Amino acid sequence: MTLSARLEQSAPIPLAADITCANGELLALVGPSGSGKSTILRCLAGLHRPTGGHVRCADETWFDAGRGVNVTPQQRRVGFVFQHYALFPHLTALANVALALHHLPAHQRAAKARQWLARANLEGLETRRPGELSGGQQQRVALARALAREPQVLLLDEPFSAVDQVTRRKLLRQLIELRRSLAIPIVLVTHDLEEASLLADRMTVLHHGRTLQTAPPDEMLARPVSALVARLTDQPNLFVGQVRQQSPESDTTVVEWLGRPLLATHQPDFAVGDTVCWLVPEGGVVLVREHQVDRENTVAARVSERLAWRGHATVTARVADRRDAALSFAIGASVAQRRGIDPGASVLLQLQKSAIRLIPADPAIIAQLGAAGDLPP
Amino acid sequence: MDWQALSLSLQLAAATALLLLPFAVWLARRLAWSPFRGQGAIEAAILLPLVLPPTVLGYYLLLGFGGASPLAELYHALTGRALVFTFDGLLAASLIFNLPFAVQPMQRAFAAIPREVREAAWVSGLSRWQTFLRVELPLAWPGIAAALALTFAHTLGEFGVVLMVGGSLPGETRTIAIAIYDQAQAFNDSAAAGMSALLLVLSFIAVALVSRLGRSVTGR
Repeated sequence: MTLSARLEQSAPIPLAADITCANGELLALVGPSGSGKSTILRCLAGLHRPTGGHVRCADETWFDAGRGVNVTPQQRRVGFVFQHYALFPHLTALANVALALHHLPAHQRAAKARQWLARANLEGLETRRPGELSGGQQQRVALARALAREPQVLLLDEPFSAVDQVTRRKLLRQLIELRRSLAIPIVLVTHDLEEASLLADRMTVLHHGRTLQTAPPDEMLARPVSALVARLTDQPNLFVGQVRQQSPESDTTVVEWLGRPLLATHQPDFAVGDTVCWLVPEGGVVLVREHQVDRENTVAARVSERLAWRGHATVTARVADRRDAALSFAIGASVAQRRGIDPGASVLLQLQKSAIRLIPADPAIIAQLGAAGDLPP
Repeated sequence: MDWQALSLSLQLAAATALLLLPFAVWLARRLAWSPFRGQGAIEAAILLPLVLPPTVLGYYLLLGFGGASPLAELYHALTGRALVFTFDGLLAASLIFNLPFAVQPMQRAFAAIPREVREAAWVSGLSRWQTFLRVELPLAWPGIAAALALTFAHTLGEFGVVLMVGGSLPGETRTIAIAIYDQAQAFNDSAAAGMSALLLVLSFIAVALVSRLGRSVTGR
């Protein structure tokens, strides 16, 4: 029952998106506001008609611009959880779910709706109207209503954005639990990268309606295909350098950064002399002690910021006191405290060779990165 | 009390409200949800009866309904009846001068239904017609009921247009508002006072109803 779509249009929001999502897979669409995430979901559901492309689910064609096919939302069998849930305000929770059970004989609907509410842990709330339910409960009614349709595809449009942080964590856990039992493609729209990493098997990064990269979350963070993807996935350690040496025999590419050589594993797509963007994920930045200063890729830096949260500390340290050379890394909060990693402290950081990734230079991104360097430290 | 005039007014008000209902619902949904080119002009035209002097509106209706007009000829060919100084003409005029009272509250009620709620009905498998009956009508009914109450009360009280288009023919075009005028002109104070009091009460009930329905829309 794989879902595949190619969506094209130039207005009102430009789209040039390719989406695939297999059975049982959860695909997260991420990107900034206005990148077309919600429009893509609406195209998949048949609520918006793009000018070109196709939408196919299993062996059915739901939309094909070339052949003039456009199946109505009613006929697509899609479960859709809207951002603000869009529950029917005049109906009880039970009636909200029962209304999506029109494919069943009338006498079976109430019992079936009760079952769906029970699956969503909403027993006892059947007779409440949406206005009498908490945000989290409303979201679960919306999810129950979407699933009651026995959809071929489940579409979730920022389903956690309208609830508080505590409820969000609870709902996230429930969704992780629930999706194990669902053998249909699930497409989740979110602007929250943490949410996407937690839930998604793969994520697709969008920008101005264009799909830039689709990959499992870990791979997306470790190997973004472009500086723009790195930016959009909020990669902190993205810098500009120049390729100085290519040594396939020693599996090494040397990049010059702030006048010092950095060793990366051999990346043959770049020529000596090329200006490149390079990045190192937070996990590839390691705090080392003074006697380890001779290790490869070790740089001295001064701590500019320490943010601690739930036992973890995210530390930012500037190399040569430059604002455009701020390395971010994560350590245990207790380690940070014990070793005196406070703002102003000097630290030695090793950038792990295997974690350094070269990316083709992007003038727009370089301009952004360079702009920071012109500011006083 | 001129019972014949009261009965005629009630018939005219009820017929106006009922005939206007489907058209006003259609137009209100259209204006609320599907913006189109020239919508501003249409909305302005619907509002015109609110600001035009009734005599001006009545004058143009008299021109449009008059014996030589294409509309009157068409109507005569179809029914054998005329549009001026008849109940039919009064009803046609009433449908026009009540447009703002019928359309405006309904348009506001439909516009208050979020687009996503209708879309949720569609993706839940409900056809457009089922969505209208099961979701839109139950959500918009206070606005629709308010529109009907306003239309009814306004028709009972309309004077200028009725006088221009219908005159004052007993049993045909003499509504209660006209009857009050006639009685007052004839210094028949007790009859005028009785009928005026009745209209006052009916109008008050209608306006109270509208305001109560308005609260139930915003309080949801």
